[in-house]
Amino acid sequence: MQTMIRPALNILTNCALCRLKAAGVFAAMCACMVPNAWAGYDFNIPQPGTPISQQIYGLHMYILFVCAAIFVIVFSLMFYSIFKFRKSKGVKPDVNFHESTLIEIIWTIIPFIILIAMAIPATKTVLDMKDTSNPDITVKVTAYQWGWRYDYSAEDFGFYSNLSTPWSQIGQPGTPATEEKGKDYLLEVDNAMVVPVGKRVRLLVTSNDVIHGWYVPQLGVNQYGIPGFIKDVWFKANEVGTFKGQCSQICGKLHGYMPITVIVKSEADYAKWIEESKVKFGAKPLTASLPASASVEDANKKFTLAEAKEVGIKIYAANCIACHQTTGKGMPGAFPALSGSKVVQGPIDAQINVLLNGRPGTAMVSFARLSDSELAAVITYTKNSWDNNTGKIVQPADVKALRKA
Amino acid sequence: MSTAITPTHDHAYQGAHDARDHHDDHGPGNWTRIFTTTNHKDIGSMYLWFSLFMFFVGGSMALLIRAELFQPGLQFVQPEVFNSLTTVHALIMIFGAVMPAFTGFANWLIPMQIGAADMAFPRMNNWSFWLMIPAAILLFASFFVPGGAAASGWTLYPPLSIQGGIGLDMTILAIHILGASSIMGSINIITTLLNMRAPGMTLMKMPMFCWTWLITAYLMIAVMPVLAGAITMLLTDRHFGTSFFNAAGGGDPTMFMHIFWFFGHPEVYILILPAFGIVSQIIPTFARKPLFGYASMVYATASIAMLSFIVWGHHMFTVGMPAAGQLFFMYATMLIAVPTGVKIFNWIATMWRGSLSFETPMLFCIGFLCMFTLGGFSGLVLAIVPVDITLHNTYYVVAHFHYVLFPGAIWGLMAGVYFWLPKFTGRMYNETLGKWHFWLSAISFNITFFPQHFLGLAGMPRRIPDYALQFAEWNMVSSIGAFILGFSQLLFVWNVVSCIRSGEKAKAKQWEGADSLEWTHLPSPVPYHTFEIAPVIK
Amino acid sequence: MSAATSGYYFAPPSKWPVVGSTALLFMGAGGAMTMNQIQPFGWASLAIGFSILVYMLFGWFGQVIRESESGLYNDQVDGSFRWSMSWFIFSEVMFFAAFFGALYYARVFSVPWLADQDNALLWEGYSAVWPTVGPYLEKNTAYDFTAMGPWGVPLLNTILLLSSGVTLTWAHHALKAGHRGQLVAGLFATVALGFTFLGFQIYEYVHAYSELNLKLTSGVFGSTFFMLTGFHGFHVTLGAIMLTVILFRCMKGHFKPNHHFGFEAVAWYWHFVDVVWLGLFLFVYVFV
Ligand code: HEA
Ligand code: HEA
Ligand code: HEC
Ligand code: CUA
Ligand SMILES: [Cu+2]
Repeated sequence: MQTMIRPALNILTNCALCRLKAAGVFAAMCACMVPNAWAGYDFNIPQPGTPISQQIYGLHMYILFVCAAIFVIVFSLMFYSIFKFRKSKGVKPDVNFHESTLIEIIWTIIPFIILIAMAIPATKTVLDMKDTSNPDITVKVTAYQWGWRYDYSAEDFGFYSNLSTPWSQIGQPGTPATEEKGKDYLLEVDNAMVVPVGKRVRLLVTSNDVIHGWYVPQLGVNQYGIPGFIKDVWFKANEVGTFKGQCSQICGKLHGYMPITVIVKSEADYAKWIEESKVKFGAKPLTASLPASASVEDANKKFTLAEAKEVGIKIYAANCIACHQTTGKGMPGAFPALSGSKVVQGPIDAQINVLLNGRPGTAMVSFARLSDSELAAVITYTKNSWDNNTGKIVQPADVKALRKA
Repeated sequence: MSTAITPTHDHAYQGAHDARDHHDDHGPGNWTRIFTTTNHKDIGSMYLWFSLFMFFVGGSMALLIRAELFQPGLQFVQPEVFNSLTTVHALIMIFGAVMPAFTGFANWLIPMQIGAADMAFPRMNNWSFWLMIPAAILLFASFFVPGGAAASGWTLYPPLSIQGGIGLDMTILAIHILGASSIMGSINIITTLLNMRAPGMTLMKMPMFCWTWLITAYLMIAVMPVLAGAITMLLTDRHFGTSFFNAAGGGDPTMFMHIFWFFGHPEVYILILPAFGIVSQIIPTFARKPLFGYASMVYATASIAMLSFIVWGHHMFTVGMPAAGQLFFMYATMLIAVPTGVKIFNWIATMWRGSLSFETPMLFCIGFLCMFTLGGFSGLVLAIVPVDITLHNTYYVVAHFHYVLFPGAIWGLMAGVYFWLPKFTGRMYNETLGKWHFWLSAISFNITFFPQHFLGLAGMPRRIPDYALQFAEWNMVSSIGAFILGFSQLLFVWNVVSCIRSGEKAKAKQWEGADSLEWTHLPSPVPYHTFEIAPVIK
Repeated sequence: MSAATSGYYFAPPSKWPVVGSTALLFMGAGGAMTMNQIQPFGWASLAIGFSILVYMLFGWFGQVIRESESGLYNDQVDGSFRWSMSWFIFSEVMFFAAFFGALYYARVFSVPWLADQDNALLWEGYSAVWPTVGPYLEKNTAYDFTAMGPWGVPLLNTILLLSSGVTLTWAHHALKAGHRGQLVAGLFATVALGFTFLGFQIYEYVHAYSELNLKLTSGVFGSTFFMLTGFHGFHVTLGAIMLTVILFRCMKGHFKPNHHFGFEAVAWYWHFVDVVWLGLFLFVYVFV
């Protein structure tokens, strides 16, 4: 369908485009004018970072100005009548002026034409956005409550990306933050997604639990991650830089604490990053995916304590710190401390069950989506960290046994 | 003064079977009356008081939201409580404040405007009202159960809404009950309009308010059952193991969105069309000149309603729908600007060459025109798919819909209250206080919500209790505005209450330019029973 | 809108609405508690609510019947009933439309999408053949089921319902012609056919659960199958109960040849339920 529409559209857009450019100039004028006077305040869509978001920026300015013009025209007529036809000035109403087919036809047709002039460039951009063919690299983005996972499948590694702003900056109702809020408050992550400049990046967006939204305005991408489905989008960054965004779809308690950072690197830097990441994240591909994968895993794996803790801390960072905190002390009143918890220090089965089944009705949901070895590792980690020194090691087989039951 | 009044409250006449003579005592003190009444005016008042109460409850939640957002960081509520506040704020405002208030006006006005003695089904009418009480109780109680109130946003998207506790079930059941109430109310209204008009009152002679309600009632009967279906599926997915919205079982969370928004978009017109009706009564009155293009107003309203069934996808541009779907929904959505524009132009043309005066109801209507149009324009911006991609689920959307809902629906209602209060109570409100209410609302509304456009453009997501530092200034401005806005509404309550208790006596035709039956044929206050002999309309 | 409003019967104050609302409060609270295993309060509250509702229905409808029989309802009231019943049935149509929409959406969109190229990353090997339990449940043989064939009980049920439409029309003609005997006979046949339909439906469900392993939990197929046929069955139940009431009223000599909207309303409802069944038969059973 696209191939048929496009030539026709191109002809149409040419005329719409000159208008778009004119609007763009006007837009640029205003955009320059305003921030200078109001340095530090954000009024508009942030600096576009891709060809698509550039188009979006232009489209928005174009439509904004058309609407503003209509507003001014229409309401100057209204205010004119307000000042001119006042009873207090002794004006008599013209009671016969209450119908005119001609006028009504005119003001039906003109808006219609204006709308067509808006629809044409918009259509063109839609078709450009939707064309996900021929990507240079593909990254799978998996959302979960409350963080992201990026899988560079072609390079055989993947990693979690979580909020890195400490809770001491955020504070709690009643107990103010103890630390000054940093410049990137709530927008900073531990591991950013990295892409090369000038390349078509295709994202396969999905989710593990509820719907989330992968939203980076400057890249012109806002895509729901829908559990059980993969949806694709693409972008191509114009230049090197760092782009920030947030989860755009309400996904529960920590929806506001689910930032996204994308670092665009030069090709050489990107290649270097890939090599480093293979070492850092690769080695043992830990798949956090839907329960289906759990059964496929190697159940005969035997962890040593050190091994399990090393893996476990990553899983913990990715899944648990949001509530139980890095310190394992939780948040009094909301999330129990794991440090010193009877459950964590107690028999392994009891804790495995908490993780597999969650505690219904509380924020502690089931983590059955993690694989047997991931669960084994994270439980071992909690049993041997902070004030907990049980020395107990949980093996994937233990988890598997209870998962079956 | 009473020359224009036909002897409608002549108690000598009672239809032979009219059982109403037995309960004609409407003296104060008979407290059972509010439970058992079948009189459209009683029920109308009950609706209006109920929605005023709910408006303040929902508004208080909004103020809590704004208090939390005054500064970055968490100050007052836990994030999950914040989500509940947002969710219940919306549900209460929509289902508890705006819809019942419109129904209250419908109850009061429709029989009087078409020359009927009452609604077609007075007993069912009472039930429509009383059904809202158990629903409200369930909704309020849900805050106090383990797991708290629904926290999934008013759109209740699964799987998030699958995770909630018993509070979510209570919310779902409350919406079921409210839906039943709305459907019954709408059937009553539509039947009254179609079957109870006085001789000579043809459809195309009905006042605009009646027309907009006819179309609204149709929309409600068409979409409330669809919402009921959607939340029923949600309930069975939650508790009975179905897989409608679960990919593992072959379902799709997106399916919920489609069904929900098939209801949801017509719903937003349900929230605005009766306000259009009210405005269409008031502007001609204060322009002292008939409504411009009455017939095209009717057709425009009907076109808006029809188009509203095919635009729902504009809430879902970011789910990953195919280009053809995006384009279809974009074009259809944009088209709605045409009939809506016709309405705006007609109102302005009504003012053109009129003889205008600016009492409080008229001020609210002029405010409505400007602000609703701004909201409509931001809607149009959102309809443009690529732009919506950057703005979806940001504060730009929040700004858009508050512009159409507060100065749209709520001001429409406020205008209506000021306009008809003299008729309902026989007393005048305080004009100075009314003007203060308008100007304070107008200014503080814009302080509250205009900056939210900037926040949205800059990328601040909605439904978050805490935000990055670059959003701090505008949020602070917005919160300050919200508090002024909230407390200005107390002026309104004060004005209404003191009008009822001690306002000056109002005239039968309080407004010089008014011409519908309730002004021309009935005294102020309107007697308990009216039009038991139908007036004949020439 | 022929006559003036003057002779229109407006109901006097009534306690029934508040009684009904109280019933719904108990039912709502009870339903929520029951679904969350808060017992025995849940069941108790449901039972109280349901009893109050039954009390309300008897009281309210009893009063309507008395009003109707004492001739309080003139032609204009009759007109109101006609309009309102039509709009009510329209709302029911829209309710079913939501579920038919879900079925359509699952078959045409979501299930094929789940098996497309991109989704192979998540659901490798899923083939999306309708009927389906979905890509994940499919891996568990405990979910294997057989779909209900159309040409056995469902066909029989189609015939039953269609003939009940005929007998009902016969009864209606008899009523208009003043033949009481035929009226009662026709109505009786309709009620009997209706309950027989329900009997078969129950049999079919038992069969589905015990032999076909087709359950409400059988993925999206089971969900749409049971919710559509279940809500339809529920409507048949209501219709059959209403028809029974009408039957008793006819036996007591209620209704006049030219004035019997109570009868007609139920007949409209019954035909509506009939039409929904035809939709079900085609889209749920035949074109599986
Ligand atoms: C009263 C309620 C109301 C009304 C009337 C409208 C009216 C419109 N709305 Fe709005 N909308 C909401 C309530 C309403 N909306 C709500 C509550 C949401 C959010 C729901 C949620 O997610 O929680 C929403 C969300 C929403 C979205 C989704 C945003 C997103 O989530 O990403 C979109 C996108 O298209 C949209 C568009 C429109 C349009 C095009 C109109 C049009 O009808 C407006 C038409 C009017 C005009 C255009 C102005 C007057 C016209 C002229 C003067 C003529 C000349 C004009 C031109 C030629 C341009 N609305
Ligand atoms: C008709 C509908 C309606 C109305 C009138 C309002 C009115 C207001 N709304 Fe609301 N709002 C919605 C419908 C409405 N809203 C919807 C649909 C959503 C989306 C929900 C979602 O995301 O799911 C929303 C979301 C929403 C948000 C976004 C929350 C988020 O995303 O997290 C915000 C934030 O500022 C907000 C603010 C306000 C404010 C300040 C008002 C003000 O206009 C309120 C004015 C205040 C009062 C009227 C209060 C008066 C009270 C007092 C003076 C205190 C005294 C108290 C007593 C005497 C009891 N609303
Ligand atoms: C959404 C927030 C949240 C996340 C994320 C979370 N938990 Fe919990 N967790 C809770 C809450 C709340 C409880 C308390 C439940 C209760 O009240 O019984 C809890 C309880 C527990 C308990 C029982 C503690 C006790 O003493 O009773 C353990 C063990 C536990 N969590 C481990 C984990 C691990 C391991 C992870 C990560 C894989 C994790 N949790 C992730 C919120 C969370
Ligand atoms: Cu993830 Cu919001
Ligand atoms: Cu919409």
